[in-house]
Amino acid sequence: MHVYGTELRSRLLLGTAQYPSPAVMVEAIQASATEVVTVSLRREGAGGEQGLAGQRFWDVLRPLNLRVLPNTAGCHSVKEAVLTAHMAREVFDTRWIKLEVIGEHDTLQPDVFGLVEAARILVADGFQVFPYTTEDLVVAGRLLDAGCKVLMPWGSPIGSGRGLNNVYGLRTLRAHFPEVPLVVDAGIGLPSHAAQAMELGYDAVLLNTAVAGAGDPPRMARAMAQAVEAGRSAFLADPVRARDMAAPSTPVLGMPVFS
Amino acid sequence: MIIVVNGKERAISATTLAGMLVELGLAETRIATAHGGAFVPRAARESCVLQEGDKVEILAPMQGG
Repeated sequence: MHVYGTELRSRLLLGTAQYPSPAVMVEAIQASATEVVTVSLRREGAGGEQGLAGQRFWDVLRPLNLRVLPNTAGCHSVKEAVLTAHMAREVFDTRWIKLEVIGEHDTLQPDVFGLVEAARILVADGFQVFPYTTEDLVVAGRLLDAGCKVLMPWGSPIGSGRGLNNVYGLRTLRAHFPEVPLVVDAGIGLPSHAAQAMELGYDAVLLNTAVAGAGDPPRMARAMAQAVEAGRSAFLADPVRARDMAAPSTPVLGMPVFS
Repeated sequence: MIIVVNGKERAISATTLAGMLVELGLAETRIATAHGGAFVPRAARESCVLQEGDKVEILAPMQGG
């Protein structure tokens, strides 16, 4: 797939949070064969109790030579998200930004009004915006109008592992914007969810908790990669449509008559 | 003077943001800074003058989803 002029061979984007240890994170990333990992920004310890945790994290990640996609997680306003994006651009030296403007505490649902506004500002500032959005068609259109070249609708709420909550909505979005790279971001809990997203024709999936929170993160990372590949192949193979009644797969022509 | 760095008051003798980062041992690290709620790019840290009670945010890479 191509995103903002960059060719990605892996269609699995992986988060870097919540792993039991940095070593397990690295092992999971390698098992997933991902080329893009999401990262974030937080206050640096300034030599305090936590030391330079940020620098240590970066020292672990940098040798992997991956593309990083910084997020604006935790931002609840346009101003916060725009400021965080600018700081992320300097820290990670990339124009890519996974834009999150959170509108609701319980569901971590995107504030789509703030999202569109922030996207417009950031595109004008030279960013390449990956908006974390809902499957709403109208919002998707506004984000594209704002200059986004990729859309990342949620499957279900972040960290919920519920899979694709609104398959109809995701299918409709895919059908309306056949040329736009679409990534299901958030809510994937199982490889079957990831495969389903790919079978719908989505270009990629982005997930974190499903791998990091599994008992064996590297094994789950591998399973997710296999599911994404299987789902993609299935989509390209033009699957049969579901039907209500049975249809014999064995030819009936030439059946013997015994009575 | 007292500067609020990442939400905590710290006694700082430097008078610029760049000087403060040297004082805190962060000059050579991978960070981004904000002063008074506005982003201060690396190139502007030298000319960013600090005053008593100013608020500075220093952010670094962290795990994210």
